[in-house]
Amino acid sequence: MADQGGVAQVWRRIRSIYNIQGNHCTTCDTYYFPPRLVCPKCRRKGKLEDYRFKGLGTVYTFAIVRQAPQDFKRQVPYVVAQVQLDEGPRLTAQIVNCEPSSVHIGMRVRACFRKITEYGHGGIIVYGYKFEPTMRVTGHD
Amino acid sequence: MFQGMAQMSRDVAIIGVGMSKFGELWDKNLRDITLEAGMYAIFDSGVRGADIDAVCIGNMSAGRFTGQEHLGALAADMGGLGHIPAYSVEAACASGGAAVRQAYMAIKSGEHDVMLVLGCEKMSDVNQSQAMYTVSVASDWEWEGMFGATFPALYAFIARRHMLEYGTTEEQLAMVAVKNHKNAVENPWAQFRRALPLEVVMNSGLIADPIRVLHASPVSDGAAGLVLCSADRAKEFTDTPVYIEASAQASDTLALHDREDITRMDAAVISAREALKQAGVSIKDIDVFELHDSFTISEIVLTEDVGIVEKGQGGKAVEEGLTEIDGKFPVNTSGGLKARGHPIGATGVAQIVELVLQLRGDAEKRQVDGAEKGMAVNIGGTGATSIVHILGR
Amino acid sequence: MVGIVGYGVYIPRYRIKTEEIARVWGEDGEKLARGLGVFEKSVPGPDEDVATISVEAARNAVKYARIDPRDIGAIYVGSESHPYAVKPTGTIVAEAIECSTDITCADYEFACKAGTAAIQTCMGLVESGMIKLGLAIGADTAQGRPGDALEYSAAAGGAAYIIGKENVVATIEATASFTTDTPDFWRREGEDFPSHGARFTGEPAYFRHVGAATRLLLDKTDTTIADYDYFVFHMPNGKFPVSMGRQLKIPKEKLEDSLVVRQIGNTYSGSSMIGLARVLDRAEPGQKIFMTSYGSGAGSDAFVFRVEDAILERRGEVPTVDDYIARKTYIDYSTYAKYRRKIKALA
Repeated sequence: MADQGGVAQVWRRIRSIYNIQGNHCTTCDTYYFPPRLVCPKCRRKGKLEDYRFKGLGTVYTFAIVRQAPQDFKRQVPYVVAQVQLDEGPRLTAQIVNCEPSSVHIGMRVRACFRKITEYGHGGIIVYGYKFEPTMRVTGHD
Repeated sequence: MFQGMAQMSRDVAIIGVGMSKFGELWDKNLRDITLEAGMYAIFDSGVRGADIDAVCIGNMSAGRFTGQEHLGALAADMGGLGHIPAYSVEAACASGGAAVRQAYMAIKSGEHDVMLVLGCEKMSDVNQSQAMYTVSVASDWEWEGMFGATFPALYAFIARRHMLEYGTTEEQLAMVAVKNHKNAVENPWAQFRRALPLEVVMNSGLIADPIRVLHASPVSDGAAGLVLCSADRAKEFTDTPVYIEASAQASDTLALHDREDITRMDAAVISAREALKQAGVSIKDIDVFELHDSFTISEIVLTEDVGIVEKGQGGKAVEEGLTEIDGKFPVNTSGGLKARGHPIGATGVAQIVELVLQLRGDAEKRQVDGAEKGMAVNIGGTGATSIVHILGR
Repeated sequence: MVGIVGYGVYIPRYRIKTEEIARVWGEDGEKLARGLGVFEKSVPGPDEDVATISVEAARNAVKYARIDPRDIGAIYVGSESHPYAVKPTGTIVAEAIECSTDITCADYEFACKAGTAAIQTCMGLVESGMIKLGLAIGADTAQGRPGDALEYSAAAGGAAYIIGKENVVATIEATASFTTDTPDFWRREGEDFPSHGARFTGEPAYFRHVGAATRLLLDKTDTTIADYDYFVFHMPNGKFPVSMGRQLKIPKEKLEDSLVVRQIGNTYSGSSMIGLARVLDRAEPGQKIFMTSYGSGAGSDAFVFRVEDAILERRGEVPTVDDYIARKTYIDYSTYAKYRRKIKALA
């Protein structure tokens, strides 16, 4: 069966979703994640270079999702948050490896590697970033 | 030169309004309800089918919800309107507002004289999981939705920051739902015509903490219609035209995480300010509001962003009754998205329908006394699109 | 000489107690746990699999080794629970740890010893000069059929070893394998759960192969039990390695430090490699470690390691085996069933 669900759409973003690769505008010194095609501040004067984020950040806001689409059902309840990366930009990701009730605004988190979604039982598996609390076991006290 | 401008730029009137019932309309399909709303609007306006120059439809995702696209031609065909131009426009939950604005601009430019504006969505033909997916493509699917951020979760992000920064309470989030349900009791087209006690809202199930199921607008089917006409011809058809005094639209980042301050919808701030300027009025001159309450937190945010109250005071506004029908700034007399229902593409058009009824004095038991000016704010996604209209008698 | 440049492990956070599983099947949990030597086992979260475990372990290994991942020339991931039947896990790891594309890669399967086979492959490639560094991973999210004896031990975890010649923390002095055709445990294509020969998995399978490979390497190196400070054996449960040690007359304390099976269960391809990691977490320079893996079907790979001085300065860079063992959240059987896709109606 030709099941192309998501294949190219995911593949072309693998660098970004595996390793939080965004970019940095050297004209205005702004970091972007997800990567931008054009620096919205400088537009044609902008100069964008690839930048791999360190993967450390702080919870800016979050929700505990209790009603989710089918492929997230197994994880309910799960925490999804906006994480403010240390370099500046915010991204949206799940917070794992902790009790939902322990998540709070300002909590320090680091990126980890998880399964994000699956395109059905026979389709591709999408891997990428989620975040977990920093602690001794993650190599960050 | 000035005269030339005036000739080119004509005023636009609304001469007819129509609605289908909003709700879970199991026995009707998309074309049934769209036709129904359109026919009522045409009957209400007094125009004949032959008078209509073009059709513009607001719809977000008929393709995903029902498998049908190409709604413009469908509507012209079903309505027996012949070979006139017909098209649909999409701006997520602001698709209805976008359709109104497109027709407004077409008439204002002189291209068309009389237009039928429709808004529709049929959401109940797919299961809940599919409906959630389809709604979440209004956010940044690749960077928010795919990572597990449901639409309620994104509004929970906003609510949690608003609560942190301004002390907005869970009770205030609930009070918006209580008020809008109370208003909907008197709206014959509303999906939920029943009052909700505060404690019921406050104890309803959490869907994305701190958002509860009764903070959220429902999955709905429904359609709404308007007949728009150049102001100089309005009196040919009706004695009670309502004029579009301003139409403004603004955009913001698609993803919520790209905004500096997520407790504020900049697109709403900018488009509301622009609309007030166009109409030459201040917020105090507006008698009735339809604000996009897809979640109760969004009504609170918009109450602030359009300038009814200072930033951070939106929760207090509802608590103190400022936004009740008999308050100083009545908001969502129709019941809003929360209680009238939120068939996505229909919402922006239905907001205008409510304001027209209010300005004509036809809003019956939910009538705001002596309403002369109304403002509708229709939001797409989590604030990436904002479309504001100001109507006047 | 070729050796371990760096290593890293990953163990999922969830645990289920043997008693909790026994409760569901009406068995005496306490007695069973003591008999099996497994008191609780690790369970992967609903969003974890061999690819995510391998990446986490590999990232730890790269950090520990202080290498440029672009110097890695080969990746082999050994597992019997690769997420895809066709499509390598190793390429996911390569991309996620930012290797170059100038790399060879393949997935291995040899029941519980696929990871140590990967170490041997990397040794050969490094020794021959074909590559500078090789990454060998053993990881599994093992499944036991509900109600089967395996359900008490089948666990999740993995270890990654970077093999090279420079800056090694432990030299691999020798290796030897013992391989026969012995069908003690298998899973046919398309089957969800493995089958096994019950008591047949003991004497003719585990004990014969682990014992033979161990004796073979002792002979080859002309050494005796007394020459080693630590022993690590594959741990299908807590009983087999201890019993193997007794047969070989190994003093109990030389085996003790590797017995992670008691707290995390049998992590299959990760089992002996996590045991080795726990020993490396504490061994002193100059000490010698003897490890023998076991894979059903059947074979054993035996290794001799000598701990080098460099190990002292690398410690503290990444989480230890004990850090991961200590980080745990208990779940009940129903949550376990949900996470492990034992509730079939949930797509």
